[in-house]
Amino acid sequence: MTDLPKTCPQNREQVINMYFLEHRAKLLDIAAFLDRIDRAQPGAVDGDFREVAIREAIGTLIDGHPHRAQRVLELLSDSTSEIPQSAHGMKGAAGAVKRQVAGAK
Amino acid sequence: MRYIDPHIHMVSRTTDDYQRMAQSGCIAVTEPAFWAGFDRSSAQGFADYFRQLTEYEPRRAALFGIKHFTWLCINPKEADDPGFAREVVSLIPEFLKCDTVLGIGEIGLNKNTKNELIILEEQIALAETHNQLVLVHTPHLEDKRKGTRIIMDALSASHIDAGRILIDHVEEHTVGEVLDRGFWAGMTLYPDTKMTPQRATDVIEMYGSERIWMNSAGDWGCSDPLAVPKARVEMSRRGHAMSLIDKVTLNNPIAFLSQSPNFKVQA
Repeated sequence: MTDLPKTCPQNREQVINMYFLEHRAKLLDIAAFLDRIDRAQPGAVDGDFREVAIREAIGTLIDGHPHRAQRVLELLSDSTSEIPQSAHGMKGAAGAVKRQVAGAK
Repeated sequence: MRYIDPHIHMVSRTTDDYQRMAQSGCIAVTEPAFWAGFDRSSAQGFADYFRQLTEYEPRRAALFGIKHFTWLCINPKEADDPGFAREVVSLIPEFLKCDTVLGIGEIGLNKNTKNELIILEEQIALAETHNQLVLVHTPHLEDKRKGTRIIMDALSASHIDAGRILIDHVEEHTVGEVLDRGFWAGMTLYPDTKMTPQRATDVIEMYGSERIWMNSAGDWGCSDPLAVPKARVEMSRRGHAMSLIDKVTLNNPIAFLSQSPNFKVQA
């Protein structure tokens, strides 16, 4: 348990009672998604940056520190400061940043 | 139950949605000008769109007792060509005379480019010149944190009071900085890419209820025009007081929007 201010009106048991099944389902969705990647046909690139990012984000969930949602969003954010002249030729947002991480290609 | 959806793109929604929103307690909507899902080929396309926002939609909303207000701009997605964007911006002052226009929006950045930033700064200047409120779009996904900071710097360089600017689509990694710098913050309840009612309620618990609202940003994509009443239910089942629920879904929108003399609803 962290020492965050207790701003949720519910107690821990009430939170778990209300949300456990919903998040159990989401957890299973993530597990099945990772299994699906494992079962997929080999692609041109192993270790897609989005797959790397999601595995790193999962580590954030169980590191014992608070503000997990904020830290996951920061992990998935562009941290560069360059401002390109034009968006011409750019793709839409991918949801994660291609960067040099162990295991990424 | 009464609420306001302060950011929704009704031009993309059916009349059935107005009906369902009215049945759920919606008393007013405000509709920012945005990207239609494709790039328009001429400034005249925007003139027609501005007429739709200021003439047609208020009438369609009124059929269900909903007050419709709007914001005008060229959106950041179509602002990457400064010449074209300036042609569109030149149309806006005439439409600002319409009595349902609340300000300039949703301006901001899309891919955080210099071209987008130039037009953002020019539209901030337009708002300043015409003493208009400002509604800001922040970029999607991985571009949001960087873009939000660039936008806030551009806004802070103007003489517009931060209390007359709402920065929308905040999430957990941007909301604190937005509020700390004195701006209003909008949380968009949007499946997959923005906030859920659960997370929006978490943010209110963590950051408080001052200068913050929720909206559906319902549009032509996967979105939910009933997202705000669903968030009200989420807050209620978690045990929050009705006064707090009303504050973030009704009274806060009224407080911010009433800074425009054109915004008139019965509180």
